[in-house]
Amino acid sequence: MKLKTIIFWTSLALVAILTCSFVMAGKAITLKGSDTLLLLGQRWAELYMQKNPGVVIQVTGGGSGVGIAALINGSTDICQASRSMKDSEKKKLRERYFNLGTEIPVAKDGVTIYINEKNPIEEMTLDQIRDIYTGKTTNWFQLGGPDAKIIVYGRENSSGTYVFFREAALKNADYTSSMQSLPGTAAVVNAVAKDRFGIGYGGAAYAKGVKEVAIKTAQGSFRPNAETVKSGQYPLARDLYWYVRGKPSGEIKKLIDWALSPEGQQVVAKVGYFTVK
Amino acid sequence: MSLQRKKFRYLGESLIEGNIKATASLAIVVIFLILFFILRESLPIFFNPEVQQEITFRHFFSGIQWQPVSDNPRFSLWPIILGSLKVTLIALLFAVPVAVAAALYSSEFAGGRLKELIKPGVELLAGIPSVVLGFFALVVMASFLKDLFGWQIRLNAINAGLALGFAVIPAIYSLAEDAINAVPKSFREAALGLGATPWQSATKVVLPAALPGVSAAVLFGMGRAVGETMVVLMAAGNAPLFSFNPLESTRTMTATIAAELGEVVFGSGHYHALFFIGLVLFAVTFAINLASHALFEGLMTRLYGARK
Repeated sequence: MKLKTIIFWTSLALVAILTCSFVMAGKAITLKGSDTLLLLGQRWAELYMQKNPGVVIQVTGGGSGVGIAALINGSTDICQASRSMKDSEKKKLRERYFNLGTEIPVAKDGVTIYINEKNPIEEMTLDQIRDIYTGKTTNWFQLGGPDAKIIVYGRENSSGTYVFFREAALKNADYTSSMQSLPGTAAVVNAVAKDRFGIGYGGAAYAKGVKEVAIKTAQGSFRPNAETVKSGQYPLARDLYWYVRGKPSGEIKKLIDWALSPEGQQVVAKVGYFTVK
Repeated sequence: MSLQRKKFRYLGESLIEGNIKATASLAIVVIFLILFFILRESLPIFFNPEVQQEITFRHFFSGIQWQPVSDNPRFSLWPIILGSLKVTLIALLFAVPVAVAAALYSSEFAGGRLKELIKPGVELLAGIPSVVLGFFALVVMASFLKDLFGWQIRLNAINAGLALGFAVIPAIYSLAEDAINAVPKSFREAALGLGATPWQSATKVVLPAALPGVSAAVLFGMGRAVGETMVVLMAAGNAPLFSFNPLESTRTMTATIAAELGEVVFGSGHYHALFFIGLVLFAVTFAINLASHALFEGLMTRLYGARK
């Protein structure tokens, strides 16, 4: 009985101390949003906290939409987004804070088209990709491949990649209803790696065990790499953003400046994305 | 004992009693609050003109396309309702025979040792998180079935239905087993005494006598299958096709909510549409539970006469 009481009070005290220390370290900078940027945000946070003891950075995912909503609600300092803000979201931000916030491109991502390694096709034009994803082209034969049905894989409509791909590759046309939407890029890569006649899309960093298709444009054909993404030759590239309310200042500004510095951008390359500078 | 102390004891007891009552009613209150919340979030479709510019009730049942993110969004529920039904049916076709046969075997035929092995074994299956089942179906089972049968599409309704079947077998099994065990021993003794073999006794006497409980178990399993999310989200391919073909990939109501709610613009037509799907799901599971109860009572009355 006595022992239990002691345990009870000790644990209560512990909890109290822990809570207090969190409250005292309340200067934590919070980053929330895109799952695409989650890994990058965490790496940045780790390195930055090592270099600047006393600064606490918390990084969470949830998706670009969730992050933007959190920015509007005021529950995050920085929103990570893999798409730019929609007009309706900008409107809400302006209604609450009387400014449009600041958009900072922090990295670039090339959306890669994956096909199975056994598929003989090497390159496609944007129009061919568009026809596959809108359901006009349904057989690999039409692209000079084997006579087999194209199994189309994509992401859920909640994903920033889904929205970006729809804008950049489909020119805002609708995806075909027979596209299988999988939860996460890793699932898409896995499905294409196992499915001889599959096709999928996602971040360049994830392409393991699948073939990256080169995209044929008027200038030639390009695979996504640091050069072609930076120069804009690879057509399916996008900016990844940080959003803050108003103008960045104080600790937040320091963090942003560091992320854009050569040191911060080195992390970008290490994680598998492309630098903005 | 003095009068004073007695009074205190009554006070204490009534306090405890009140507490228990409050706790019990809390569960009901919470359910009503959840229902109220879903209702509140889906009602703007009917009453809010701003939302109605994007979506009205009519949209849910016209057309056969679910394309909420589009320049011309379409919100037909038919493909995902059909998807839910298709996957549930496949899951039940697989799970019911297996679960009921297992229940019959373990309570009628299995010897002591084996019985003690089957029951915990099946209950262990219930302990597998559905996300693990879904992942298994996505990575291993889909490729295996595809190679075995030469299917064109790996992630299809049959793949998801089988995985879902694994998820509901334990629920159906343990309810069916309870029902079969509850059949009075005298029924078996009478059958055997009249010269029936154990097999005849099990299938012609015990199983029919346990029918109310077994069919309630099946409907309970159906309710679970309709509401299960993770397995179908991962294993069904999630293409919102309006197709009766079980070899096509398919999208269910639960998977639609789970996949889309995370990123939807708060307060948009799409947001309220997802809550409306939740409402439909709630109505469907509620109806199934009600049907299960009614069937149980009806069969009980038919078999054993009206209960006083």
